[in-house]
Amino acid sequence: MSTPKNKSKAKVVLSLSHITKVYELGDQTLNILKDISLTICEGELVAIVGPSGSGKSTLMHIMGLLDQQSSGTVMLAGHDASSLTEIEAAKLRNKYIGFIFQQFNLLSRTSALENVMLPTVYTEGATGKAAYATKLLTDLGLGQRLGNYPNQLSGGQQQRVAIARALINDPAVIFADEPTGNLDSKSGHEVVEILKQLNKDGRTIVIVTHDLELAKMAHRTIKIFDGQIVSDTTKKL
Amino acid sequence: MLGVVIGVLSVILLTSIGNGLTVFVEKQFETLGSNLLIVAPGEIISEEGGFNQEAAALSMSTSKLSMSDVSALERVGYPLGIVAPVIEGSIDVRTDQGKRKGFSVATTVEYSELRNTKTTRGRFINESDVSSSRKVAVIGSKIADKLFVGENPVGQKVTINRIRFEVVGVAESKSSGSMGGPDIDSSVYVPISTARSALGQEKISYILVQAADKKEIERAKTKVKEALDKRLNTEDFSVTDQSEILKTIQTILGTLTLGLAGIAAISLVVGGIGIMNIMLVAVSERTKEIGLRKALGATPNNIMVQFLIESAVISTVGGTIGIILGILGAWGIRAFFPATPSLNSILLAFGVSLATGIIFGVYPAKKAAALSPIEALRYE
Repeated sequence: MSTPKNKSKAKVVLSLSHITKVYELGDQTLNILKDISLTICEGELVAIVGPSGSGKSTLMHIMGLLDQQSSGTVMLAGHDASSLTEIEAAKLRNKYIGFIFQQFNLLSRTSALENVMLPTVYTEGATGKAAYATKLLTDLGLGQRLGNYPNQLSGGQQQRVAIARALINDPAVIFADEPTGNLDSKSGHEVVEILKQLNKDGRTIVIVTHDLELAKMAHRTIKIFDGQIVSDTTKKL
Repeated sequence: MLGVVIGVLSVILLTSIGNGLTVFVEKQFETLGSNLLIVAPGEIISEEGGFNQEAAALSMSTSKLSMSDVSALERVGYPLGIVAPVIEGSIDVRTDQGKRKGFSVATTVEYSELRNTKTTRGRFINESDVSSSRKVAVIGSKIADKLFVGENPVGQKVTINRIRFEVVGVAESKSSGSMGGPDIDSSVYVPISTARSALGQEKISYILVQAADKKEIERAKTKVKEALDKRLNTEDFSVTDQSEILKTIQTILGTLTLGLAGIAAISLVVGGIGIMNIMLVAVSERTKEIGLRKALGATPNNIMVQFLIESAVISTVGGTIGIILGILGAWGIRAFFPATPSLNSILLAFGVSLATGIIFGVYPAKKAAALSPIEALRYE
């Protein structure tokens, strides 16, 4: 584990220490993650790369509180998230985490605006979010598409709706799982530019991908292989 | 949803029919005259209020009631009013125009007042008909319609069980439709003396006794019992008033209505299972949506409530459609049958359909809530 010195003053958003994940398949034991420790600070743009089967998805699930580690501790935005009940995990996800998926995962019979608002349905005391959702979509160039259904939008537009959805609750960290995997190169490039811009605005973003080209946009690249971190490099700016 | 629609529809239709039956029977009773006590030969209505059919059939044929009992009751005076003995029997009625099964009511002059029987043509049986056993008859409106088409029956001849009678009157129609049992409008009224001499009907079927006042019914009942106790064995007669019979019939019809509702409830349960299937399909079709919602912060409870609300909405919509169709249907069958939808049955059907929606929605909703977000998101 290495935290760059120029970031040492920055606030830690997410830290994992000695995380392991073990699956029992019959009498076989699979060690998906073997002793992973890492820290992500506010304002970082991190790419987690590795071939399929390397454990990067499982790692993202644990960092995103979708899955529980077998051992080790997870700290998210100052909360110990090592052993949470399902309800506690759901509440922390809702408040601190935004997800961007490869498949966009928009609700099909729901307008773009309502899709963006979806996380607020599960936020206690969320009011007046419609104006914010409208602003997010407008900023992403979808101001004319608020009432459109996902099937009336192109792939790139759908992913932009999903990005707005990830932003609606102002999360501490955004996880993007192969965000360009389902897009043509032009739309993919647009999405990359949007993520870069969001990072410039101060958002903390973690991209999970097996695409090394995509990983180049990140300042910091963590390579995973066989359940272990094999390198963690930060570009000099 | 169709299952719920059909379930609610059948609950409303079947209870409407039961309800209509009850209303119909009550109305029929009202037209039969009030303040009536019926002295029957034997225990026709048991102490529990049920019809004692065996005893009724047996006692009609072995009736120990006699004309002297009638005279004895007439001598009691207040609180008893008019007394009328009746002999009932099945008969064949024949004219030149054809033949019909009928129902003879052999009685005295007083019957018309007691039972509120009016004639539309001619007259009812009079004193001298009875005293001289004249072969005269007052025919029910249906008999008149069928056997004297386009003719005035009064003054014409009619053959009852091969004996010729003269028609002296036509009785006013009393029932609005046929509901089984003896049809009042197919009755033929003859003097009781004539029935005994000419038709060979000996046994008195029952004696009608009027109470002088509605409030005196209980006292009149006691008086009748006292008078008859001196003359007959206790088991050879029974005294009932109309309200008791009405109560008995209401009990029977109530059970019938409940039974019909029970049958309808089964179709509601079938509808509920239909809802469960729909929701199970919805859960598997929307696995990905559930995973997404969970990833975005929905708790298992949120998901469960969402699916429960959905199944409740489906059943409410289905229930409402069923209620509308049920009311329309009840109006439709009204042309043939007195079906009356009651507010109670509508509320019941609606409540039950909502409950089935929720009860049968629980299992799919639980299933949805228990999905793991990672597995669900990966689901294609």
